[in-house]
Amino acid sequence: MSFAKNLRCRECGRLYPLDPIYVCEFCFGPLEVMYDYEGLRRHLTRERIEQGPLTIWRYADLLPAQGEPVDIGAGFTPLLEARNLGRALGLRRLYLKNDCVNPTWSFKDRVVSVAATKSREFGFDTLACASTGNLANSVAAHAARAGLRALVFVPADLEVGKMLGSAVYGPVLVAVRGSYDDVNRLCSELAEKYRWAFVNINVRPYYAEGSKTLGYEVCEQLGWRVPDHCIVPAASGSLFTKIYKGIKELAWLGLVEWRQPRMSVAQALGCSPIIEAWERNSFDIRPQRPRTIAKSLAIGNPADGYYALKVLAETGGYGVAVSDEEVVEGMKLLAETEGIFAETAGGVVVAALRRLVQQGRIDPDETVVAFITGAGLKTAEAVQDALNEPVLVEPSIASFEEAMAQRSGALPTARG
Amino acid sequence: MARQRVKFTFPPDLIQEPIIWRLGRHFDLVTNIRRADVTEDRGWVILELEGELEEIERGIRWVQEQGVRVDPVPGDIVEG
Repeated sequence: MSFAKNLRCRECGRLYPLDPIYVCEFCFGPLEVMYDYEGLRRHLTRERIEQGPLTIWRYADLLPAQGEPVDIGAGFTPLLEARNLGRALGLRRLYLKNDCVNPTWSFKDRVVSVAATKSREFGFDTLACASTGNLANSVAAHAARAGLRALVFVPADLEVGKMLGSAVYGPVLVAVRGSYDDVNRLCSELAEKYRWAFVNINVRPYYAEGSKTLGYEVCEQLGWRVPDHCIVPAASGSLFTKIYKGIKELAWLGLVEWRQPRMSVAQALGCSPIIEAWERNSFDIRPQRPRTIAKSLAIGNPADGYYALKVLAETGGYGVAVSDEEVVEGMKLLAETEGIFAETAGGVVVAALRRLVQQGRIDPDETVVAFITGAGLKTAEAVQDALNEPVLVEPSIASFEEAMAQRSGALPTARG
Repeated sequence: MARQRVKFTFPPDLIQEPIIWRLGRHFDLVTNIRRADVTEDRGWVILELEGELEEIERGIRWVQEQGVRVDPVPGDIVEG
């Protein structure tokens, strides 16, 4: 059962019932879900969680939805000890939270699973979003499972290949002629006019809570311990703030012993409004026009940027912006050391991790968790030109051995 | 009548200009400020515009033409 109690304005603190609303009527501040933590403290135990399903819904008590979950298997993804990558970077206790393996291959399945469940509970018949990639894939898939109509808005100039991962689930794909800003404006107007569940507009307070499950899982998978340092990629900044909220909730509920984790943010230099403000020691986000290969992080005017800056300040975290070249190197390093092919956001995180180690900002013995949020086949073009050419041979052993000798300077060891 | 919540972000050279007053004079719109933060070199205002939808859209286009950035209140909606 959910212990969600009400919505609260993050700016002025006014309380609202658990309705499909997202801004405070008084100050237009964003709303956030609040819970009955006293009730939760009496009810929730580690054992209860451990007996739950191997999805985000093992934490159903801590999520804001009551109905039958719209569950295609999001969450409870592996937390891998990354010895090879750790050795390459100079870290002894590095872990990777591998969210590439979610049903639509990104962490968005966590938030959309919660949004879809809540939307069905509210009685909506349409699940909508505006997205150029991961979010669209996940909304289309969950709507299919839930028996809801999916409406996905994309800029008309989006490559056909990018639409495929959504189109296969049978949504109504609406290609909007105009700029990215035009799509933004149209969607905010549509969300006002029509009674749809727009996952990151009117259902956003509920949707965002799904990201807390990454914080819960990491603590549980570390044996109910809080990591020393989390490195999280940021687009809107919501994921980053919610992972921290999840960790703090477990401590409030006595499920983990509280130790202050350091929460650091990674962005691509070509779209780094949160890092830019952090470097100025400011809480004032200056919107940017994105120019990076890390498209899944390309949000120039991040909704939760201010709150992400507050978490950075509260936890003593660092902000790191990395170049597109470093992103590609990061993707390759992750794949070559740990066998994980992540999308560009994963490259951003690994490159940021390397930078933090070089700057001496991570102690080699800290328990570090890097969040890898989406799978690499979605952005295969990013690494295409950086990969080794295949070794081309004639179908003869002589040709093979000659080619291998040229390539590596040594023949492969023969049997017997 | 329609209502729209928007965020205006002003560049330094427009901070002293009465853009919101002019918006209400030039267009048939009611402007209702809810939250703002204005410093020497930068300012943003979150407000509600009320009027016919076409008039709101014309007004927003005019504000943009003055050099003010106009965003939906929730920030960028299009996600990766």
